[in-house]
Amino acid sequence: MVKYSRARLDASFCALGDATRRGVLEQLGRSDASITDLAEKFHMTLAGMMKHVGVLELAGLVTTEKVGRVRTCKLGTRRLEEETAWLEGHRQLWDSRFNELDKVVEKLKRKEKANGRKKRE
Amino acid sequence: MDARRESELAPTKNRTTVERKSDRELVVTRTFNAPARIVFEAWTKPELFKQWWVPKSMGMFLRSCEMDVRVGGGYRLVFGHDASNPDEFFGRYVEVTPHSRLVWTNDEGGDGGPVTTVTFEEKGGKTLLVMHELYPSKEALDAAGTGSADATLETFAQLDELLVTLGASLGRS
Repeated sequence: MVKYSRARLDASFCALGDATRRGVLEQLGRSDASITDLAEKFHMTLAGMMKHVGVLELAGLVTTEKVGRVRTCKLGTRRLEEETAWLEGHRQLWDSRFNELDKVVEKLKRKEKANGRKKRE
Repeated sequence: MDARRESELAPTKNRTTVERKSDRELVVTRTFNAPARIVFEAWTKPELFKQWWVPKSMGMFLRSCEMDVRVGGGYRLVFGHDASNPDEFFGRYVEVTPHSRLVWTNDEGGDGGPVTTVTFEEKGGKTLLVMHELYPSKEALDAAGTGSADATLETFAQLDELLVTLGASLGRS
């Protein structure tokens, strides 16, 4: 459950299979940009753009760095110190997994509550 | 848009931290807003496990997920869209302590692969989850997971190709 070589490739192809995300890469190829800049340029909400950037990050095509209140996006991981990128890759993988796990846990909690009510009735 | 609706509905998000504790150890921690028995259930029932182990954003397809969660029992995850070219991950459960501790081996790379320990610690109705991976060597951990050197190189190769294509289309417009 630890190694993901071919799987990572799938993630990259998925990331590249969207016109907005390709546009974002093209944009970042010209200069670094904040999420806000990108959202404006592509006429999207911040949340929507964050989602796209998240997918690109997971695929290792984009890295982001938060300084103060601004999150700046850059192309690829080559500019980041290798160690940081490595750790960040792991963090993103687990963070997105655990966000999904949150949903499963919420469902189980609701089910348990509903069952509890039934038993008391 | 959908993304916005999702973020509004989402319950308060807890932080995921990742730390390289030593040359051979990776530690991931996260708190869940539920008792340990519920979080443990989501790690040990395949029908629940497969709902979260492969987030949609990873763009991966989990073909099958078998888990025999007891000491000595095995698990096997099969990824990939193409049945003739599957990516498999498998190993054995070494320790299974309901609601508090799981230990399994990762044997897809042969014997002496990493060992994963997950502990669930309940406090005030919440659960602190600690996932600890111990690798046989520094090199194995360096090459592990999302940072796999081959995959990174392949990703860069794809990126280079993409940029060439984009550059070409820009030139035309």
